[in-house]
Amino acid sequence: MKVSYYPGCTLKTKAKHLEDSALASLTALGVQVGELPRWNCCGAVHSLADDDLIHHVAPVRDLVRAMNEGSERLVTLCSMCYNSLARANLLMRHDEIKRKTINDFMNEENDYHGEVEVEHLITFLRDTVGWDNLRAKIKVPLSGMKIAAYYGCTLVRPKDVAIEPPHGRVMNEFVEALGAEAVDFSANTVCCGSYQVLAHPDVVVDVVGRIIASASDGGADALILSCPLCEYNLVKKQGELLQQQKIARKLPVFYFSQLLAMALGLGPESYRPDRNDAASVEFLRSKNFPVGSASVQP
Amino acid sequence: MAIEISDKTINHEFIEKINQLSGQDIRLCFQCGTCGGACPMSENMQTLPRRIMRMLQFGMAHRIADVETGWECASCHSCTVSCPRGIDVARVMEAVRLLVLRKNINRIEPSRLPDGAVREMPQVALVSGFRKLTS
Ligand code: SF4
Ligand code: SF4
Repeated sequence: MKVSYYPGCTLKTKAKHLEDSALASLTALGVQVGELPRWNCCGAVHSLADDDLIHHVAPVRDLVRAMNEGSERLVTLCSMCYNSLARANLLMRHDEIKRKTINDFMNEENDYHGEVEVEHLITFLRDTVGWDNLRAKIKVPLSGMKIAAYYGCTLVRPKDVAIEPPHGRVMNEFVEALGAEAVDFSANTVCCGSYQVLAHPDVVVDVVGRIIASASDGGADALILSCPLCEYNLVKKQGELLQQQKIARKLPVFYFSQLLAMALGLGPESYRPDRNDAASVEFLRSKNFPVGSASVQP
Repeated sequence: MAIEISDKTINHEFIEKINQLSGQDIRLCFQCGTCGGACPMSENMQTLPRRIMRMLQFGMAHRIADVETGWECASCHSCTVSCPRGIDVARVMEAVRLLVLRKNINRIEPSRLPDGAVREMPQVALVSGFRKLTS
């Protein structure tokens, strides 16, 4: 089975630690994924207007390329890319009329009918790598760490692209496979405020405060996620909460793949703590993980 | 303040437009308020999604133009997955926004965002924000 990897814009820049740690981990797990050639931005959000088809063209082009590569699956790391590609895929699979309009519009490409399966790395790890197989490759179990796994919105909503049924625990199973303790917390699928950081940054501070309080009350030492927008909001807005003295300390935040690379025994050049904030780096130090040249940023 | 609601005040064209854009039937809403209860932004909203639905049902185009709810919505789909009437409320919010954006009106001005913020924000924040809040 051929699997293509779709990085998306943010993974090549601001979320390099998501990409580097995931790809190094896949190599360590003996899994081959090839980056999709000539991919373009997925559009970040699925167009919700019934008459707006033009915004579906970008993600569909990515899917067509994966099909032309002979790939059965397109694996993503960014939750927002996952959501917009998976939703565009379902549209092409199930909406005959819109499919025809979009295929006719993109007449230089092969027609597409939803042939490729879009998958997020977290379910790929469970279903293709397998938890037992993963457990067998763990070199540095993350024992003693209490981890809150934060899904956010785009991995679980709307229902037709949810990576698992409501109240599923794939993220918690992942945490447990790494040898850490998974912390249940009620805000694990509450929105972080998303793009409203542009228009209503103060509201996002409040929303993030509620998510962090929920995870901290659950006893978490750190939080993991897979969305660069959630990461930005949760890290950045905790800084403001700290300044406003609404929290006593920042809860460390990591991409799920960073913990994966650490547990697989890879070095800081793979899990890239140099891209994390000071609280997260400090947490790694306290757990005796090498932080390499991570310079401490506020 | 008394509000007059009659066939004269109900903007039927507006209702039709919202239904078309969203692909939803807003008449289905029975005002239970579940959408607002599920909404992460509702604590900071003056007008809850349930009230938006009511204003839409009464075709109150002018009132809708004055409320902020659509611009405070983060498209998180919590309302959508919890509405007992099966209304995709996130699509209704999108329709409310698009009626403004499609008049070539920007809700945020990209050139006026603080320099530092643009430099440090992930692309996915900028792309999604511009998609939702600019024309
Ligand atoms: S949850 Fe659905 S039915 Fe209830 S108020 Fe909201 S839109 Fe109306
Ligand atoms: S999609 Fe918008 S209105 Fe609906 S719950 Fe999320 S933020 Fe609230």
